[in-house]
Amino acid sequence: MLILTCPYCGVAAEETELAPGYEAHLARFGPGSSDEEFEAYMFARKNPKGVHFERWRHAFGCGKWFLAARDTATLEVFGTYPAQSKEPPAELVEKIKAKRPDWKGFK
Amino acid sequence: MKRYSVFAIAREAMRYHSGWEKAWVSPEPKAKYDVVIVGAGGHGLATAYYLGKNHGIKNIAIIEKGWLGGGNTGRNTTIIRSNYLQDPSAAIYDKALQLYEGLSQDLNYNVMFSPRGVMMLAQTHHEVRGYLRTVHANNLQGVETKWITPEEVKKIVPIMNINGPRYPVLGALYQPRGGTGRHDAVAWGYARACSDMGMHIIQNCEVKGVRSENGTVTGVETTKGFIGCNKLGMVVAGHSGQLAEMAGFRLPIEAVALQAMVSEPIKPALDVVVMANTVHGYMSQSDKGEMVIGGGTDGFNNFTQRGSWHHIEETLRALVETFPMLSRLKMLRQWGGIVDMTGDRSPLISKTPLHNCFINCGWGTGGFKAIPGSGWAMAELVAKGEPGPLAEAFNMWRFKEGQFIDESVAAGVAH
Repeated sequence: MLILTCPYCGVAAEETELAPGYEAHLARFGPGSSDEEFEAYMFARKNPKGVHFERWRHAFGCGKWFLAARDTATLEVFGTYPAQSKEPPAELVEKIKAKRPDWKGFK
Repeated sequence: MKRYSVFAIAREAMRYHSGWEKAWVSPEPKAKYDVVIVGAGGHGLATAYYLGKNHGIKNIAIIEKGWLGGGNTGRNTTIIRSNYLQDPSAAIYDKALQLYEGLSQDLNYNVMFSPRGVMMLAQTHHEVRGYLRTVHANNLQGVETKWITPEEVKKIVPIMNINGPRYPVLGALYQPRGGTGRHDAVAWGYARACSDMGMHIIQNCEVKGVRSENGTVTGVETTKGFIGCNKLGMVVAGHSGQLAEMAGFRLPIEAVALQAMVSEPIKPALDVVVMANTVHGYMSQSDKGEMVIGGGTDGFNNFTQRGSWHHIEETLRALVETFPMLSRLKMLRQWGGIVDMTGDRSPLISKTPLHNCFINCGWGTGGFKAIPGSGWAMAELVAKGEPGPLAEAFNMWRFKEGQFIDESVAAGVAH
């Protein structure tokens, strides 16, 4: 079972306690975006086979949204961090790079 | 190709079955083909078959990373139905159902299509309204479905508990023409027919890159070297996103795991397919006697072909509630497949930003039932370079234009 540690309340939450929210760090194009930009924001997804950054909600716990780094090919969890982050924290990126030397980094 | 028939069986019986030939040949790839199809699952093989049969294009290679039919074609719960709400979906799924009805004769290969009927239970008032709407829509589309009462449900499925404490059965959407088929045989039958037309099925050959010149595809880099082509069809389900990335574009697709399982074999107890979307489980009994059970997808991206444990528990809980006699049944096997989900839960059969490169994917949790129709529509697209009436609505630009074929509510999660 997938276990993610909630960065807010510190609970190691099992999957049944969490609600998935799919890809993290999607930036909404503000008023005046082109059709292509808005389509990309709404539908185009990275869907990588490997390192992925996702939104999760501690639905049956503290109720807060947070972000998680995970490997979709092995189900390994690299770490979790607050939802307010614009990009993954540097130390988490370093940790992933050490474990996955082929990973091209967060884009 | 020697035809399979009762006379062939008699002849082989007389000579110790020494005369059966291989169903398909496994040649080394040529340097170039008219069309290369990536993915030798049901959809890829059906595409190649109808390219040969309907459009006379036979210089085709079908390349496959693993073994033929070893992906989702061999992992599904074999349900065939066409009771969809939206017109484009009903059209293509019903085309598929019509082709399934004659497929064994067409391919000279027994795909064991069994039109035993498909029943979708309504267990909330919301669901009753939804399915009544689907029945009306189906009647307008020419797809024969009907609404049946709880008493009729009980008559068709005596082992069902229609007065469950949580979700009593309030009726069902019933499609008598729906049913099941033998999933491996569909892949094998198409493969045999493709091979007979001189097409090359190349297994254990993984695509590593897509080569193009001036925006037009020229071939694919594979583990067996470069294979050139005039046209490329990508029909790879779960790994569509990875292949699209090699070709330089992104898809509105996320890959998640969907699980299924079978029980130990028991005597015949269920002769229709029952789907219960509120409690979320669906079940049919195979010819071997196993209960074939499907459940829900995981809510997160996953390429491991195994899903979350708690989904198994949810599915079995739902089925034990609906069929109390199953409570002592042991499960034999459980497995997962990687399904490609689009934003509106409808597939893509589309041209792509790369010229002469076509994609057929996004069938999500319901691809098996569509195989012949999908191959038919994709073959037309590849042969003519433009989509025919079946494929037109399923282009990948519908997300930009907001012209969704929204089956996410209509079809629920269970396909």
